[in-house]
Amino acid sequence: MTPTYTARRALLLAGTIGGLLLAAGPLAAQTPPASEPASPPAAQAPADPAPAAPPAAQAPAPTPPPAAAQAPAPTPPPAAAQVPAPAPSQSMAPSAGPAAAQTAPPAPPAAAAQAPALPPGSPLIGRPNNESAMKLAPIAPPPIPAAADKLPVNKFKVPKGFKVEVYASGVANARSMREGDKGTVFVGSRLIDKVHAIVEKDGKRQVKVLYSGLYRPNGLAFKDGTLYIAELSQISKVEKIEDNLDSPPKPTVIYNDLPKDEAHGWKFLAIGPDNKLYFEVGQPCNNCMPSDKHGQIRRINPDGSGAEVYARGVRHSVGFDFHPVSKELYFTDNGRDWASEDVPEDELNRVTKVGEHFGSPYCYQGDFPDPEFGWGKSCSEFTPPVAKMGPHSASLGMRFYTGKMFPNEYRGGIFVARHGSWNRTVKFGGDVVYVTLNKDGTVKSVKPFMTGFLEDNKYIARPADVLVLKDGSLLVSDDYNGAIYRVSYGNGRTASR
Amino acid sequence: MRSGIVAAAFAGLTIVTANAQSLQERVPMCLACHGEQGTSQNENTPSLGAQTAPYSLIQLYLFREKQRAAEPMNEMTKGLSDDDLRTLSDLIAKLPPPQPVVGTLDNARVAAAQALVQQHRCNFCHAPNLAGQENVPRIAGQREDYLVKTMREYKSNTRHGYDASMAEVLQPVTDAQIVELAYYIARLK
Repeated sequence: MTPTYTARRALLLAGTIGGLLLAAGPLAAQTPPASEPASPPAAQAPADPAPAAPPAAQAPAPTPPPAAAQAPAPTPPPAAAQVPAPAPSQSMAPSAGPAAAQTAPPAPPAAAAQAPALPPGSPLIGRPNNESAMKLAPIAPPPIPAAADKLPVNKFKVPKGFKVEVYASGVANARSMREGDKGTVFVGSRLIDKVHAIVEKDGKRQVKVLYSGLYRPNGLAFKDGTLYIAELSQISKVEKIEDNLDSPPKPTVIYNDLPKDEAHGWKFLAIGPDNKLYFEVGQPCNNCMPSDKHGQIRRINPDGSGAEVYARGVRHSVGFDFHPVSKELYFTDNGRDWASEDVPEDELNRVTKVGEHFGSPYCYQGDFPDPEFGWGKSCSEFTPPVAKMGPHSASLGMRFYTGKMFPNEYRGGIFVARHGSWNRTVKFGGDVVYVTLNKDGTVKSVKPFMTGFLEDNKYIARPADVLVLKDGSLLVSDDYNGAIYRVSYGNGRTASR
Repeated sequence: MRSGIVAAAFAGLTIVTANAQSLQERVPMCLACHGEQGTSQNENTPSLGAQTAPYSLIQLYLFREKQRAAEPMNEMTKGLSDDDLRTLSDLIAKLPPPQPVVGTLDNARVAAAQALVQQHRCNFCHAPNLAGQENVPRIAGQREDYLVKTMREYKSNTRHGYDASMAEVLQPVTDAQIVELAYYIARLK
């Protein structure tokens, strides 16, 4: 590119950039770009002829990160060097300029009335388009963690006698957590490629990047010195990890017979009392008939052998734990979107036999036959949840409280992180709840425990997982800010920095 | 001439980074491919005009971290600091919206595509005028070839998005519908 630059062109570009940089700065308020006189559309793209049958997309073979190929020096295509002169437009419009506006297609209609008829049986029939609903979109956090002094730790509310503090900041997209035998806290992520390790050295806490270049390493488990990592489509292990935190060996893949769907593909991982690894394979859609490889919880031996479907009809579970006494698996499950504001709710389920079916996509929340897939089925064919966890609340990570720090009323129940809704006009969830159980393992109550993640119907933080530390305090990961908070009770030793 | 004045002012700006090419040195190359006025003339190279800053930040981050493998973008973002990414994202947001494709419209195709937009709720996440909001990108007026390529890559799980929303959304959309959606969206102002 450089050889073809003329000095005059460089000046023109520099001027454009300078103008843009200035506009981005303090002058922005006074010189909004819209007020600049529009230059003649010299760069107007000629009208495409009606697109011919597009060539089959040459999908590049997926490159496992971080395959950093030898990148050539960037050379923009030569065509770019020539700014097209205001050539007569090849468009079929009678003239360029304002007349072109006449051929601009109308914006997507706001009223359903203008859309052509939907196919019979479509779940979209009768669905209103109104302004508040039409802004709903999944919320992605910024990729860069919030600075420690920007964390809203003072906004959180916990019951009397409890205290919340920042355990660690700068843990980008902090998600699932595990504690090693030597006290290392391992943290996975969903949107970035890293696993972090948090260690305490000389009374100070350090956040290290343990692994980089992984593919949605959301699932973590730890047992007998070995760390297990569940990425989107493979599970690996690293032995004696806490002895090698500064230069951890490359993880060994133990299992990869997994679909590669991005949608609901990220995994949660847990080790059962049977020493097997449990993980889910989410449905690759909002609402669809999954294959026999999706919509389930599987388990495998620690060496990756003996894969078995443990629970079916599970839309996407991102949190599970084993009852300390009955040893039964309890799991949260995210319900489908776009059915309604309030129904179906997310679920807390309990597995009592191998292969049990929990309803998806035929029946949600135990009593909501799906409008699309529920025909010819009955909710009574499936196992209902032990608790409904609120509409679109995104109940994710959960742990039975097995510590000794918290008072008696918190023994034997479950802390659940509710990430919070996006598919609801008035957001729901965005908190940590405590689930009290009856002696028979059914649910007695679901009560808010840690709130304040929502402010004016916007998230200031979002909890993804909880972890009971050996000292009995509770860690809560915040994947929105990239931080971890610690909840302690009474004179629980203050977490040192 | 206006650009002479701003060029002089620009010469006074110094953004020092530790890398071979500072941000200000790279930006001309960005605009050379992506277009100086927000509209890209290059095949399969997206227009960036009026793109939402949070979305641009996410994509620039993914390129820098090589989570999204796409040369020359990985090389172009190498060594940029977090603040550089923010500066770039804000700069991109101020580029004028892309010029949509002009020409006589096939009204039947437009009507069919509008129904698809309704059905798959593009106009929810991407906002009613498809200009985007927050982390959801502007798509109105984007290059038609880039729209087709992108939707196909999301659907086939080849392009790993930041989150998995587009893979989920495109699950029930056929390839023929992708082509029709691209036709319409590329012609939206």
